[in-house]
Amino acid sequence: MDIADFFDTFFEEAEELLADMEQHLLELDVDDPDSEQLNAIFRAAHSIKGGAGTFGFSVLQKTTHILENLLDSARKGELMLRADLVDTFLEAKDIMHQQLDAYRNEEEPDQDAFERICHTLQQIALEEIGETLETPPAAPEPAPASAPPASSGLLSVALLNVSDKDRELLVEELAQLGEIQQQGGDEKRFEVLLEASVGADDIEAVMCFIIEPEQIAITVAGQSAPVAPAPADMPTPAAVQGAAEAVEKTPTAPEKKEKAAAKKPAAESSSIRVSVDKVDQIINLVGELIITQSMLDQTVSELSDQSVGNGSLQNGMSLLQRNARDLQEAVMSIRMIPMEFVFSRFPRVVRDTAGKLGKEIELITEGKSTELDKSLVERITDPLTHLVRNSLDHGIEMPEVREALGKPRQGKLTLAARHQGGNILIEVKDDGAGMDRERLLAKARENGLNVSDTMTDEEVYQLIFAPGFSTAAEVTDVSGRGVGMDVVKRNIQGMGGRVEIQSKKGEGTNTRIVLPLTLAILDGMSIKVGCETFILPLSTVLESLQPAKGDMYAMAGDDVVLKVRDEYLPVIAIHEALDVENAIVDPTKSIAVIVQGEGRRYALLVDELIGQQQVVVKNLEDNYRKVPGVSAATILGDGSVALILDITGLHRLSRTKKEAGKSAHTPHPAYDKEIELS
Amino acid sequence: MSQANSEAVRTAAEAENSEFLVFSLGAEEYAIDILKVQEIRGYENVTRIANAPAFIKGVTNLRGVIVPIVDLRIKFHLDNVEYGGQTVVIVVNVANRVVGIVVDGVSDVMTLTPEQIKPAPEFGVTLSSDFLSGLGSLDDRMLVLVDIDKLLTSEEMALVDNTQQQ
Repeated sequence: MDIADFFDTFFEEAEELLADMEQHLLELDVDDPDSEQLNAIFRAAHSIKGGAGTFGFSVLQKTTHILENLLDSARKGELMLRADLVDTFLEAKDIMHQQLDAYRNEEEPDQDAFERICHTLQQIALEEIGETLETPPAAPEPAPASAPPASSGLLSVALLNVSDKDRELLVEELAQLGEIQQQGGDEKRFEVLLEASVGADDIEAVMCFIIEPEQIAITVAGQSAPVAPAPADMPTPAAVQGAAEAVEKTPTAPEKKEKAAAKKPAAESSSIRVSVDKVDQIINLVGELIITQSMLDQTVSELSDQSVGNGSLQNGMSLLQRNARDLQEAVMSIRMIPMEFVFSRFPRVVRDTAGKLGKEIELITEGKSTELDKSLVERITDPLTHLVRNSLDHGIEMPEVREALGKPRQGKLTLAARHQGGNILIEVKDDGAGMDRERLLAKARENGLNVSDTMTDEEVYQLIFAPGFSTAAEVTDVSGRGVGMDVVKRNIQGMGGRVEIQSKKGEGTNTRIVLPLTLAILDGMSIKVGCETFILPLSTVLESLQPAKGDMYAMAGDDVVLKVRDEYLPVIAIHEALDVENAIVDPTKSIAVIVQGEGRRYALLVDELIGQQQVVVKNLEDNYRKVPGVSAATILGDGSVALILDITGLHRLSRTKKEAGKSAHTPHPAYDKEIELS
Repeated sequence: MSQANSEAVRTAAEAENSEFLVFSLGAEEYAIDILKVQEIRGYENVTRIANAPAFIKGVTNLRGVIVPIVDLRIKFHLDNVEYGGQTVVIVVNVANRVVGIVVDGVSDVMTLTPEQIKPAPEFGVTLSSDFLSGLGSLDDRMLVLVDIDKLLTSEEMALVDNTQQQ
């Protein structure tokens, strides 16, 4: 086993540690710092430093080292914390993150940033504590890391409660770090006497990739114990330096471990890291399994029709079906991760943005545990960041303005997530100025957009998603360039979701993002038109009914509306829109399915409802192209392909068809608009 | 595979003998580069796609992958378009896409030497010579060598979404 195998693990762990550090720094109350939190921040820095040193990432190690010293002073109460110090720590954390990324890409980290942050941190140390840190910033190659491994003398490494398999690995690792003099013991306590070439901290750092820190106890053994200045048996000056270092470090190690053990007794790892590719492969395979299972199911039901039916076969099939569904659900849940992953970055975003704008903001997050498909979580982050920035910049007013308006100085921004039917609803809500309908309309006219005063509020608010649209009086660092809101909307639509805006002037704005839970599986309603089968997303289906002749009204020739409980809905005959042959033409003999798409309702005329089923969504564009009125395809139980219909696309399609059929000279009836708005 | 790349592959192959899959459309014999062929299967279970050109028969399920099916007989304006037991779909792999093409039958695999491949004449209304990589002459037979990459990714085949590539 080579040490390079641990690189990836280190990168991932370091990333998590940095995230932890940031979170604690943000939560830190500078006036009355919680010693628990200070310790946690210190521990994170310490672990990163240890790992970085082991792997020879000298720049990262040095940055962390200086930061660690400062944090150590802070937790000992020698350094009084202030908000600007916390900002500097956060900056240092960002730079460490960049360094980490650089190492991950096998590049050298940015030297300028490194020197700058080292200087800043040392300046703080000098001014606040009055002591110079031992590592000068000018020297890019830090001495401890680049110095040849020095012998630290004899260390006794005790492994507590380590299984045989892990122990073998660990002993192998230890052999690489020094010369094993002696080993023995049982599973409870296995001791290795090591003539170590590295410090105790480094040994601990390496071991921690395999076992928990509580399971290791390193003590200095033999004559090189706490005798501080050059023991007699140390041959070279380099070794002396190393020994001094070891002596200085070793006694603190067990003490620290006790603390960690006391604080996090249940820190045992209960998760594994798996690459997303592997999970996706499993999901695909399970999808195929579901299809095969439905094929079998169909065959068996045909068999029983011919009264060859066999009881145990039937039972087996229904068991298979249940197991397959459970398996599918379990596999899909692997991909689901809580919204916390998205929300956790916002305290920082809000803090930074609010600081830049000179506003006071309280951030409230709700529904952190709401789960969402991983691919969606990744894609929602950017649009959400944009919306939050927008709210902070345009929504919430300056503290003075707020006071003058009789609102609390501190603006409130709420991020909330919750399930709603088959969807997830994410809200970005502020208690700021709200949107100004008149200003939006004026701006839209200025930009040459086609608007009218009769537009509903919702439609007016949607104008902000038009490309290049910004009502900000001036362009700021944060937002106002008008680039982005259109991208936000496009991204969200790309995920199969939509954005709604509710706003009240003077009271605030609520931006609601509605997303499907997952993109891979869809609850569908299969329908039949002619001899073709189509799938309607179940989330769009409201109800179905048999239209009576008296409820159908023809308008201006081709257009037909259906009256459903005092509401007139535009009728889309699927057989017309999609040119299906042998379909039922008489509307009163067909079935009307009332569906909703992008906030509007339509009545679809179909021949027959087959039933509800979960379908695996297959992309049509992989090998073909986008088809109007169709969002994707799926594979049915008999192995044939069925198209999944897209309601709004279908509506657009039927309109263009009718227009083309009507020949250009017939003006478009004005009713259309009214009906859509109803 | 990028255009330049496939070009390079082709020129390299042309320097030596190249293998072609020969298929028939009506009475005519066509051939495509065998390296583009993924598999050959029967014509079945095709789901129609509305508002698509007539030569796009629809899509089918190829072991969980949705594959469009193109009928070259309709595209080349042949008279007798029938679907029977002999009707064959050649599944080809072009430009990272999988497409099935319907032909009347697959006869054999031929090896052609560079001398046997003649340049295609500059004519052709239904089938532009842009889509041909040459004419193969084999005793008294003539094989029309189709550049299947160019043909299937061309705009008039409407298989590739141009807006999507922007």
